[in-house]
Amino acid sequence: MAIWCTGLAIDRWRLSEGLARGQGADAEPLALIEDTAHGPRIAAANHAAQLAGAVPAMRLADARTLCPALGVRPADPAGDLALLESLALWSQRWGPWSALDPPDGLLIDTTGVAHLFGGERALLADAIHAFTRRGLGIRAALAPTAGAAWALAHFGPDAAIIAPADDPLRHLGDLPTAALRLDDDVILLLRRLGLKRLGDLHGLARDALARRFRNRRSAASNPLLRLDQLLGRLPEPLLPVISVTAPLVQRRLMEPIRHRILLDQVVTDLAGDMARLLEALGQGARRLELGMWKVDGEMAVRRLEMATATRDCAHICRLFATRLDDVDAGFGIELVRLRASWTEPLALAQVQLDAAAERHGTSLAACVDRLTVRLGPEAVRRPVPYASHLPERAQRWQPPLADLPSSQEELAFHHRPLKILDKAESVAVIYETPDGLPRRFRWRGEVHEIARAEGPERIAPEWWRERSTVRLRDYYRIEDATGRRYWIYRHGVIGDGRGGAPEWFIQGLFA
Amino acid sequence: MSEAAPTVDPARLAPGLVRGIGASERTPRWRPGLATGCALSELFASGRDASGAGLALALAQDALRMAVPDPAADMPDHRPFLWVQDKAALRLSGRPYLPGLPAEMRHRLIHVAATTPEDALFALEEGLRCRDLAFVIGEIAGNPRALDFTASRRLGLAAEKHGVPLWLIRLDAKHDLGASRMRWRVEAAPSPPPRWNAHAPGTTTWAAELFRAHTYQPGKWILRDDGPALVAQPYSNPATPDHGDLVHGAGDRSLAAF
Repeated sequence: MAIWCTGLAIDRWRLSEGLARGQGADAEPLALIEDTAHGPRIAAANHAAQLAGAVPAMRLADARTLCPALGVRPADPAGDLALLESLALWSQRWGPWSALDPPDGLLIDTTGVAHLFGGERALLADAIHAFTRRGLGIRAALAPTAGAAWALAHFGPDAAIIAPADDPLRHLGDLPTAALRLDDDVILLLRRLGLKRLGDLHGLARDALARRFRNRRSAASNPLLRLDQLLGRLPEPLLPVISVTAPLVQRRLMEPIRHRILLDQVVTDLAGDMARLLEALGQGARRLELGMWKVDGEMAVRRLEMATATRDCAHICRLFATRLDDVDAGFGIELVRLRASWTEPLALAQVQLDAAAERHGTSLAACVDRLTVRLGPEAVRRPVPYASHLPERAQRWQPPLADLPSSQEELAFHHRPLKILDKAESVAVIYETPDGLPRRFRWRGEVHEIARAEGPERIAPEWWRERSTVRLRDYYRIEDATGRRYWIYRHGVIGDGRGGAPEWFIQGLFA
Repeated sequence: MSEAAPTVDPARLAPGLVRGIGASERTPRWRPGLATGCALSELFASGRDASGAGLALALAQDALRMAVPDPAADMPDHRPFLWVQDKAALRLSGRPYLPGLPAEMRHRLIHVAATTPEDALFALEEGLRCRDLAFVIGEIAGNPRALDFTASRRLGLAAEKHGVPLWLIRLDAKHDLGASRMRWRVEAAPSPPPRWNAHAPGTTTWAAELFRAHTYQPGKWILRDDGPALVAQPYSNPATPDHGDLVHGAGDRSLAAF
């Protein structure tokens, strides 16, 4: 079922003023205007104004010449959208699944619901009646596909219904091409081509249209895709509107509190409340926001993010305790509110039978949370492999409890060092020119005699992402006279035309 | 009060300790593959190479292999381990590199880059309290003021209480006061030549000296990570020639090593 609120903005203004249709201020010509770069423009106009000649999308100055008595109010598109969202939730009484069709439409999936209302005709009549009782003017239609219902609601007869067995084109053939929900320029092009009705479009050869309209990404610019969606040959997913409320608990305090001990107590109580609330919902919190409203109008917010979903009261309190050290209570805190802005399903779990394991030690998630709260999320990470030849790019870092990305098993042809320096350090090397083994090198003020070396392992620059002047690297695995093992590389070769004499760097330390 | 609580005998020795006449002979010698039960070990190493971290990993793996498997567990032990570095250690000797880690430890690493030694000690203690970690490796450069005897004892107690061993690597540090039960001095040793290319570096080798131990005789070994197990050879200094039947100079080795 498609519902089109014909005058959503004007109806909303009238309802907010508490007027009936055509009564009081609504009897005078009135327009809602929005500011554009070229001056005020009419966003919506009431019935009296439209009779006087002021239509939407007209400049206010033009409308004033036609109707000098035109009254204006500012338009509020955000408020209209909010009303539409609440209408979408409300209209789930006619079907379990509803979607927004901005700026002023709704789509409701009524599959298999009509018998509850006594047939499709009764369902549609009930919807129109309910909207009219709320003071909103609508047009509604029922059809097997969302596209057909939309076309009928906007351009078809009142309260039109297409039964699943009917041929949709018999009902829709006379509608204008604008009923296909196309962009303005595409409609203009179709009109210039002489294709004014849906029936004209359907009569053409498909490949002629396919050649002309090649954009297959956006359905709004391809009449063929829209026609297929309308006839049910292509799927058209709807984004449903689902109401989600963030679990929220709060404490109003009789006396403003100024001391940390009292605040800790309040936080403990709130965490307990939150744990009970989440347990009832079968959820665990990933992100918590603690808001503290002070007497003097200030407020302080502390946020917390957990590595896994949790509703462990003691754990939450402990994490907040480190975050509350720098809260300035001022003249006192009068309202404390805890909100779980991100929750994840967390089933009830069996308490460990082994009580000793429970008493001894924390779980890994709790440990990671405590470390992250004190040291920051950038400090606690785990390495993951990344497909790159360059050693410093071959590992990336991600949060410790996140899922591992899928990766190909790396080929263990070469030895890699146990540790790698964050930035390769420059070393002075004596080696057999032009590209022989290194003999001796100086690093951090100490000379190492190289006893054994293996190499070179040549790693070419990644040409698909780097400039053409980047030099290759020749890696050597070396061991000095006392047995210390390093991974050094020569940056470039003599005469490669990408700079002067090659430099040497130390990048890794073998165990 | 007929059943008195079991009293702790103050004169009772910790397991593994030997006292009395001839105690020095009866004290066992350390060897790889021994379940030492030592919760806190310190390894003093140079910041110019990764031998400290390498040996700590090898010893930790050795201890994991020797640990009695849980009879109820139906899965192999895949618990992660924590590797904590402070900023100075990170700058001095770099950060762990995934492709260079032993294959079975590769996906179990959780790395903590702490800024100050205080933060690193906090992270170490939190790691030791966590029951889901296999072991903890700490790397701290120098002798920071925060790492005094009290902090060291605190770490040792936490490790013993929760049964998570800690291998603390001290880079370029003096042998200050500490509460660890085993203290090692580690340096790199020349590796044996590999079979196919005699000019290439071979299997990772360390010269490790156990210079303070609670329950073992001190000693010095050449340790080698030989794939499945850690292999120890008695240390022979290639620099000093063999004088036949003459007594070796004691040098800086403990007399108990003889």
